[in-house]
Amino acid sequence: MSKHTLSVLVENKPGVLARITALFSRRGFNIDSLAVGTTEHPDISRITIVVSVVEELPLEQVTKQLNKLVNVLKIVELDPPASVQRQLLLVKVRADHETRSQVVEIVQLFRAKTVDVSPEAVTVEATGGPDKLAAMLRMLEPFGIKELVQSGVVAIGRGGRSITDRSLRSVERSA
Amino acid sequence: MTDQVTGAQALIRSLEAAGVDTVFGIPGGAILPAYDPMMDSTKVRHVLVRHEQGAGHAAEGYAQATGKVGVCMATSGPGATNLVTPIADAHMDSVPIVAITGQVASAAIGTDAFQEADICGITMPITKHNFLVTDPAEIAPTIAAAFHIASTGRPGPVLVDISKDALQATTDFVWNGTPELPGYRPVTRPHAKQIREAARLLGEAKRPVLYVGGGVLKAHASAELKILAELTGAPVVTTLMALGAFPDSHPQHLGMPGMHGTVAAVTALQKSDLIFALGARFDDRVTGRLDTFAPHATIVHADIDPAEISKNRTADVPIVGDAREVIADLVVAVQAEHEAGRFGDYQEWWTALNRWRDTYPLGYDLPADGSLSPQLVIERLGAISGPDTIFASGVGQHQMWASQFIRYEKPYTWLNSGGAGTMGYSVPAAMGAKAGMPDTTVWAIDGDGCFQMTNQELVTCAVNDIPIKVAIINNGTLGMVRQWQTLFYNERYSNTDLQSRRLPDFVKLAEAMGCVGLRCESPDQLDETIHKAMSINDAPVVIDFVVHQDAMVWPMVAAGSSNDEVMAARDVRPDFGDSDD
Repeated sequence: MSKHTLSVLVENKPGVLARITALFSRRGFNIDSLAVGTTEHPDISRITIVVSVVEELPLEQVTKQLNKLVNVLKIVELDPPASVQRQLLLVKVRADHETRSQVVEIVQLFRAKTVDVSPEAVTVEATGGPDKLAAMLRMLEPFGIKELVQSGVVAIGRGGRSITDRSLRSVERSA
Repeated sequence: MTDQVTGAQALIRSLEAAGVDTVFGIPGGAILPAYDPMMDSTKVRHVLVRHEQGAGHAAEGYAQATGKVGVCMATSGPGATNLVTPIADAHMDSVPIVAITGQVASAAIGTDAFQEADICGITMPITKHNFLVTDPAEIAPTIAAAFHIASTGRPGPVLVDISKDALQATTDFVWNGTPELPGYRPVTRPHAKQIREAARLLGEAKRPVLYVGGGVLKAHASAELKILAELTGAPVVTTLMALGAFPDSHPQHLGMPGMHGTVAAVTALQKSDLIFALGARFDDRVTGRLDTFAPHATIVHADIDPAEISKNRTADVPIVGDAREVIADLVVAVQAEHEAGRFGDYQEWWTALNRWRDTYPLGYDLPADGSLSPQLVIERLGAISGPDTIFASGVGQHQMWASQFIRYEKPYTWLNSGGAGTMGYSVPAAMGAKAGMPDTTVWAIDGDGCFQMTNQELVTCAVNDIPIKVAIINNGTLGMVRQWQTLFYNERYSNTDLQSRRLPDFVKLAEAMGCVGLRCESPDQLDETIHKAMSINDAPVVIDFVVHQDAMVWPMVAAGSSNDEVMAARDVRPDFGDSDD
C-alpha cells in the first residue's frame, strides 16, 4: 500500500467534485483525504486528493480516467520530497488548572496555537504535514482528546514553476 | 446570427444547426415546451416511439448505421430513467448519441417534485459527459458541446437535461458550432516514433496478428485497414464490434476471436508473437483468462482512448491516436521498411493458420429430427439478403450465430450490443438504422426472449413507414443461458423455458402491430419464407422461425478459462500438434 497525492485542476462548475469522487469509488479506490478550493483564477478549482494504492490496482488507470472527464483540466502527482504538503487540524484537549500548562507546552513545542480556553479544555490549532500532526496528537492523547477535526491535505510543488500556467491560458481563451 | 426565441425554439434550432434529421422520443410534462416548436421544424423528423428504451436503442442503431450522431428525447423522471439502459449500452460500445431530457422547473429541482429524477447523477458513470441546463442562453452552446463531445475522440453518449423553465423563457439564439472545451482535447495524431517502432516490429515478427476492434469502424478506417493488411500479409481477426471492418471473404481474415470466435482466430492470437491491437480493448470476452492470454506476444496497442492502453494487457508499444490516422501512418512506415529491404516472413505462420482454419472451420450439425436449425436459418438469411443488408442483432445464441454464419463484407452492416449485452436491442436498433438508411434492407435478428422485451416498437415502425424485417429465432427458451445450464449446471434448466413456441403467437402479435406475420417451421419452407419477406417493402415483416431447442454455439472458451482451452465443439478440443500448450 502506498499513498499518492494528486493535484487536480478542474473547471469551477457544479457537480465536478461528484464526478471525480464517484470515479474513485467506481474504480475501486479509497480517498484518504480531499481538499477543494478556488485558485488564483476564479474559473479554476484545485482539488488535492490523497489516495491509498494497492499494488493490483495501479493509480495510472484512475489518472487516465480522470483525464477523460471533460471538466478536468490537468492532473499532477506531487511527490512528497518535491512538494510542500500541509493539513489544518483543530483539536479540543482536556485540560484543567493542573494539566493546562503541560498541554500548552506541547502546543508550543509543535509551534501550534491555542485558540480557545475553557476551565476544562483548550482548543488547539495546528498546521503541518501529516507526520508532524500525528506526532503532536500522540503527545496530546494522554490528556484526553475530546474532539478532533482535520482538513484535507493541500499541497504545492517546490520551486518557481506553476502547474496552473497553461491550464489558465486555455480557460481564459474559452471565456 | 442572433434573435429572440424561447429556450424550446433554441433547442430545436440547435438540433437543426447540428444537422439532426431524426429524433426518437416521447413527450411528457417537463419536455413538453420542446415539442411545440418541434412540430414546425421541416428539417427534424420526430419518430414517436412506444417506450423510451426504444428511443435510445433507435438512436444507437441510427448512429451505428449512418455514422452520424443519434438523438433521443424523453421527459423527466421515468422518461429519463427509461433511457438509462440504452445510454449504458452506448457507453459500452462507444456509440455517439445525444439524449435530451426535460427536467422539472429549476425552482423545483431538489424538492422531490412530480416526475423529478436526478438524471445527471444517475447517468454520470454511463455517459461520456452530461449537462444540466437551467439558463435558456446555455441551451444552444450546450447542444453544440454535446454533439462535439459525442462524435469526436472516442465517441459516446452525452445527456443534456434541460429544466422546463429554461425551455419556456426567452433568450437570444446564437449558434457557434465549435465550442471551446478547455478540458477536452482528444489526441488523434499518433506519435511518429511509436509508429516507426511498430512497423519495425512487424518486419521482425514471425507470427503477427492484426487484432481489429470497433474503433476501426468508428474511425472509418476500413479502406486503410485493407491496404495495411495486404501490404503486410499479416492475418486479421475482427472482434464482435468490428465485423464488417474487413471483408469476411478476404483470404487474410481468420474471423472473430473470443469466447465464440473461430478456432483459427482464437489460436492465432494465443500463439502469436506480435499483436497489433487497432481500436480494440482486450475485453475479457476476447482474452479469456487474462494472465494466460497470448503469453509470447509483444503488444502494439493503438487506441484513441489513452485509458484503454495497458488497462488489461500491458502494451509494449502504446500508440494514442485515431485508428484511421494510425493505420495510414503505419502504411507509410511499413512501406519505408519494405523499401529498406525489411520484409516480414510469415510463411510458416500461414501454414499453421491455414491448418487450423481448414481443420476447424465454423460449422454445425443439422438436427437429427429434421426440425429447423437456427444456424441454417441465419446462414440463409445472410445469403439471400446479400452483402448490402444491415443486420441488427439481439443478445444471446442468435447473436453469436449471426456473427458466425452471415458474411459481412462491408462496414456498418452489423449492429449489435457488444459490451453491455442488452437483450431487447435488436428491434429498436433496426428501426433506427432503417430510419437513417431508408433504402437499405434492415433485418433484426432476434431471439424469442429478446423480442419480448422491446417488440412494441414494431407499432412505431408500422405507423411511421419504417419497414424493417424481423427474424425471431424462436427456440422457446433463453438459449444462451440454457446452453450454460446444459454445460455447467447438469442440465438443470432453471427458469429458462419461456414457452414462447406456445405463447405468444408471434404471427398474430405481428399482425396486431400492423406487420406482416409469417411462420417457418421446417427447412423446406426456409428459402421461400425469406424470399417472401424480402418481397414485402411496404410494411414491417416478422418471421417466427421455430427452431431446434438444443442447438449450441461453438466454438467456445468457457468463462474464466484460458483461450488455450478453446473447444471446437462439445468435448472436442483442437489438436494443435505442438508441445508448448
